[in-house]
Amino acid sequence: MKNKSLNRNARKNFVTYGLVIAAYAILQTMSATGSMSSSLKGMLVPICAYVVMAVSLNLTVGVLGELSLGHAGFMSVGAFTGVTAAMSLQNIVPSPILRLLIGMVTGAVFAAFAGVLIGIPVLRLKGDYLAIVTLAFGEIIKSIINNLYVGVDENGLQLSLLTNKMALADGGKIIINGPMGITTIEKLSTFTVGFLLVMLTLFIVFNLVNSRSGRAIMAIRDNRIAAESVGVNVVKYRLMAFVTSAALAGAAGTLFAMNYSTIIANKFDFNTSILVLVFVVLGGLGNMLGSIIAAAALTILPEALRQFADYRMLIYAIVLILVMLITNNPVLKGYMDIIKGKLTGRAKKPEGPAPEGGAGNGK
Amino acid sequence: MKHTARKMLTFAMVLTLLVSLCSVFALADGDGAFKVGGTGPLTGGAAIYGNAAMNGAQIAVDEINAEGGIQFELKYEDDAHDAEKAVNAYNALKDWEMQLSLGSVTSAPANATSAENFNDHIFALTPSASAPTVIDGKDNVFQMCFSDPNQGGASAQYISDMKLGSKIAVIWKNDEDYSTGIRNSFMDKAEELGLEVVSETTFAAGNDTDFTVQLTSAQAAGADLVFLPMYYQPASLILSQAAAMGYEPKWFGVDGMDGILTMEGFDPAMAEGVMLLTPFNADAEDDATVAFVEKYQELYDEIPNQFAADAYDCIYAYKQALEAAGATPDMSAEELNSLMIEQFTSMTFDGLTGSGMTWDETGAVSKSPKGMVIQDGAYVGLGTDAE
Repeated sequence: MKNKSLNRNARKNFVTYGLVIAAYAILQTMSATGSMSSSLKGMLVPICAYVVMAVSLNLTVGVLGELSLGHAGFMSVGAFTGVTAAMSLQNIVPSPILRLLIGMVTGAVFAAFAGVLIGIPVLRLKGDYLAIVTLAFGEIIKSIINNLYVGVDENGLQLSLLTNKMALADGGKIIINGPMGITTIEKLSTFTVGFLLVMLTLFIVFNLVNSRSGRAIMAIRDNRIAAESVGVNVVKYRLMAFVTSAALAGAAGTLFAMNYSTIIANKFDFNTSILVLVFVVLGGLGNMLGSIIAAAALTILPEALRQFADYRMLIYAIVLILVMLITNNPVLKGYMDIIKGKLTGRAKKPEGPAPEGGAGNGK
Repeated sequence: MKHTARKMLTFAMVLTLLVSLCSVFALADGDGAFKVGGTGPLTGGAAIYGNAAMNGAQIAVDEINAEGGIQFELKYEDDAHDAEKAVNAYNALKDWEMQLSLGSVTSAPANATSAENFNDHIFALTPSASAPTVIDGKDNVFQMCFSDPNQGGASAQYISDMKLGSKIAVIWKNDEDYSTGIRNSFMDKAEELGLEVVSETTFAAGNDTDFTVQLTSAQAAGADLVFLPMYYQPASLILSQAAAMGYEPKWFGVDGMDGILTMEGFDPAMAEGVMLLTPFNADAEDDATVAFVEKYQELYDEIPNQFAADAYDCIYAYKQALEAAGATPDMSAEELNSLMIEQFTSMTFDGLTGSGMTWDETGAVSKSPKGMVIQDGAYVGLGTDAE
């Protein structure tokens, strides 16, 4: 029994890897043969970043079962620290790809650090309280970065808060300029790096979920008291899931920021957190493939609706509501089960909420 | 029956998705007109600027097309004042085969799109993105408006020259590049000119509805002039809350204040006596301005602001440059790019927002701001022009 369910899980994970690789291969071919519009080409990297955001948030919301409304805060930390690292190493590390990687690692480390900082007090809370505190965290990060000035010269990095008090030596440059954010980012992100980050994220998340720790995390989600009574260290495992999620969001932030020549703190506000949460809920709590599809589809959709001009966002909202209604429609679910049965469970799960186990506690 | 309805619904939704996905791959084709594209906030909090710019540009395009000769095709895409969406909008315009760009209307998105313009060698002339970083290091991005430092410095100079106030308070929005940029250059210039700034207070997005603290601080410090480097929405609240407190200093704004008179639900009487520096005066009596204002009112039912005038000027500047260069619509964006760089750095242009405008290689415009004061719900020219 246990073996069978493990196999099913493994098969599902491999389907997810396979689909991501297939999507990458198709898109790369299209891009190489020139049959891709600039519109779609421009969205490839943001899609990868949002996919990583959605999968990592799914770890907190779907697997750990805690509602976090501050995920964009980690993305912000990752974006600003990662870009700062990449920019200040411009003269030291000549290879752009290496600089991007260093940036992403730096972003992930700082976001993980922020995750620990916020995680220790926050994870004592549950449900609504946790949601409110994470929401506040996102706002605090936004506020701090809006008032942060960072520059680099031959003496190294300089920081100043509230107003720009830095005295940079000749040849020095301002990196983070308060509310103006970073304006001179070198565009280093590529679709291939984005794809690799998505694969790495899936690898980390799947392996965590299928490990002993993952089972402990899900046990806490399903019944905290029962988990504690059998000796599961609740704080440790909750923090593990939360920090992993934060670190991945940080790397996604760097990837996202390095795709644009400019980035401002206000970009990573409450709305961005909610957007990512919508990806997760729409794709299904705990369903990683669902998150990937939802993130990609909902990033493309507003652009694809440009022809409707003024009615664009209205149609976007209607499509969202329809998707929610239809994927929860019992009749359609019945059809899906029949199809799945015919394919002897080998079919992929289409975009739709399929809470695995008692994931209903993230309201 | 119920099932059929459900099936229909599913079918309709799948169809919508498919159609919309297909459109991503679709490409447009052109005819004998220059394709001019721009991005701007057509929805959201800054929509008044995007729509004004789009309407202003459209009027110019219609006028020029009616004359015969050079023909334009104009397309504006919504960027909702967001850099990410602006790049998407820019890419959509690229798929439309845009030849000349109007950049972005607001600064933060323009920072992102101007880098794309530079990489793709598509010439850009932004009507109103005023941050210096928009044109910095890009040889093919030009501005029709003053840059932010220019405005702050000019405001301080004007206040000092006209002796408008002895004790100055500044209220600024510290999480916005526009406001911060002007405030910084204002403070530098104020120090240089020996203006006394007695109170300096800030606000940010999210706490921009109650200004009691800032106004009390200004009042307690005895400020007789308050400088408001911000857009018109917070400014409108500051004016009405100050009136409620009975605090009546002189008010001095910048071009973002433009639009306050047409704001819904705002009593223009509150803005009585507010001074601002703006390059465009809808009350000017020259023929071009009168014709433009009339046409704008007829089509859109409001008084055009500076953004509309800037965008209108952009199209005419393009017309002049294209004619001088002998450009034809079948030229590629890259060919036009080098022609336009050559023309814009050498030509002199007269428009609604100034006469004898010239551009240097950096892309910054040189023109003089006009001092305006709001009287009886309209802008009236104020004294001599500041430098």
